[in-house]
Amino acid sequence: MVESAAFPSPGPRSGTARVAGSVKATSTPGAVVVTGICGRLGKQLARVLHRERRVVGVDRRPFPDKPKDIDHAQVDIRRTKLKDVFRTGDVAAVVHLGVMHDPRASASEHHSWNVAGFGKLLEYVAQFQVPKLVVLSSANVYGPQPQNPQFLTEESPLLGGQNFSDIRDLVEVDMLAQSFFWKLPETETVILRPVHILGTVHNAPSNFLRRNPVLTVMGFDPMTQVIHEADVVAAIELALSPGIRGIFNLAGSEPVPLSCLIKILGRQKLSVPYSVAKVALSRLWSLRLTTFPAPELDHIRYVCMVDDRRARQVLGFAPSKSLDETALAVDEGRW
Amino acid sequence: MCGSVTLPSSVAHGAKRSDALARIGLNGRSGPGLLRRLLGAVDDTVDDALERLLGERFDDRLARVPLTLGTSGVDPFGLDPQWAKYALVTIAMLHRKYFRADVFGIENVPRGRVLLVANHAGQIPIDGLLIGAAMFMDAEPPRIIRAMVEKWAVGLPFVSLAFTRVGQVVGVPENAKRLLSQGEALLVFPEGARGIAKTYNRRYKLAEFGLGFMRMAIETNTPIVPIAIVGAEEQYISVANIESLARILRMPAFPIVPQLLVPGGQFPLPTKYRMWFGEPMRFGGDPDDDDAVMDEKVWLVRQTIQSMLNRGLKERKHVFW
Repeated sequence: MVESAAFPSPGPRSGTARVAGSVKATSTPGAVVVTGICGRLGKQLARVLHRERRVVGVDRRPFPDKPKDIDHAQVDIRRTKLKDVFRTGDVAAVVHLGVMHDPRASASEHHSWNVAGFGKLLEYVAQFQVPKLVVLSSANVYGPQPQNPQFLTEESPLLGGQNFSDIRDLVEVDMLAQSFFWKLPETETVILRPVHILGTVHNAPSNFLRRNPVLTVMGFDPMTQVIHEADVVAAIELALSPGIRGIFNLAGSEPVPLSCLIKILGRQKLSVPYSVAKVALSRLWSLRLTTFPAPELDHIRYVCMVDDRRARQVLGFAPSKSLDETALAVDEGRW
Repeated sequence: MCGSVTLPSSVAHGAKRSDALARIGLNGRSGPGLLRRLLGAVDDTVDDALERLLGERFDDRLARVPLTLGTSGVDPFGLDPQWAKYALVTIAMLHRKYFRADVFGIENVPRGRVLLVANHAGQIPIDGLLIGAAMFMDAEPPRIIRAMVEKWAVGLPFVSLAFTRVGQVVGVPENAKRLLSQGEALLVFPEGARGIAKTYNRRYKLAEFGLGFMRMAIETNTPIVPIAIVGAEEQYISVANIESLARILRMPAFPIVPQLLVPGGQFPLPTKYRMWFGEPMRFGGDPDDDDAVMDEKVWLVRQTIQSMLNRGLKERKHVFW
């Protein structure tokens, strides 16, 4: 579906919808469409962005406590209604945060949301010639593997789905966004691949560290990188600046052993041999007693760390939060 | 910073012993007083033993090692010097007491990045350990060397963890390049499994060398220090290597070592080790040249090590002393 819209014929509509190039974007910035705005990260991004730019949120969930100047379109990104968002406003940028990673959701729902939904979004970005597209992917697309180099560069193969099929569509989203580089070179596409995001967000790594005791695999203590949610928001802001395009790994403060994070949080460790943990988790999983899928144990066995030199040099990104702040952020805002 | 192991970089090397123990998982703080005292005593013993073997305090020596440690006291590749201390006390014993290694020409190792290329033998990589010991105990300034670990070892619990904490990394070219660009000393055995699994009748005849290390050296403009080790071949006498069985068990080799059946023969024989460090060799050219071109350069290194070995064998009076 993306193919059909990749090269739209320049018609009168694209003339009106078009929001100038990068130069104009700085002087009179158009709207930033943020998908998945009702997630915790989305809300934080919205709060930062709306002070300077017009923000249009897209999410099928309601956004009860939204700032007044944010428009919220409560639509499913797979619906054609999404097109109205692009049709009405001069969209200067699209930030795609609305990636679903809920291992409990059915595979078809997952796939249609992540891949078909994102395909729709790309179609409109192409049709309305939006000059900027920022996609929040993840360093997990590289996948934790025993043979991983200590620091993966942006050119490393995306093997995340090799042992864990549920993340295949996340890899596919990343690939779709990559194909956009050449399909629509006029749009500045940015793919951000942050390491484990910690904070008030309800993602797998934060939830994992919120437990007490924290599960570890006996005899393994991989080096880990974590990034504070506020630093991810800052990176997205940087990615929105004109002229930036490409793929960027985002790493937070220095890499540390997993046990060090657990120690900072003052949690107990529960070390379980891999084979036991695997069997126990798959049983608990089938009984719906855990949200930790057994294949994700690889994340606490092997390294999946990234080389963030490009983000530091090209994007000008530098994490502002220290390791302690980042780790302790998972306990903030809990009730 | 990592809980109790708060290590400002200026005093990182003078970490307290209780921290060191906490780091390797023996957390005595929460245990009863007796346990804490016991662990303290163990640690004192380790410190004393190391001081005797090194001729100075471990922390004083460690302070001279060029390292890039983070605030948590661990380097980006997972090396933790306080872990390395416990590994070192064993290795130092092997080096000084068990194998009574003689080290020649270690002053040839230049500062900064360097590839240490050695012959490989003896069924288990004790030669690697002893080169590590020599570089920490006998070289000035002392160095903690890095070696590349086979990928299959990374999947083994405890083994992979211990390897990582003492500074060993997964054997992929990206890691090697990064370490060399950090100015580290990297140990390479270009013979690989072919070398270590040699049977006794082929002792001290170098197996075929891989070419990867030469491409790496040229690409990163790194000097190569050839090392010849005499004494490793006799520690375990292998009469055969059953390759088909090794393939089935997915092991690099399956040697037949009769001494393992004798009580006490599980330990390596206490041969005397002798290590010669050669003059650094530098190579230029295109790292992506044909294998034939690389072969010639690798042949030079191989020949240097072989002639060092031959000379060493001629000088040697006895295998055990």
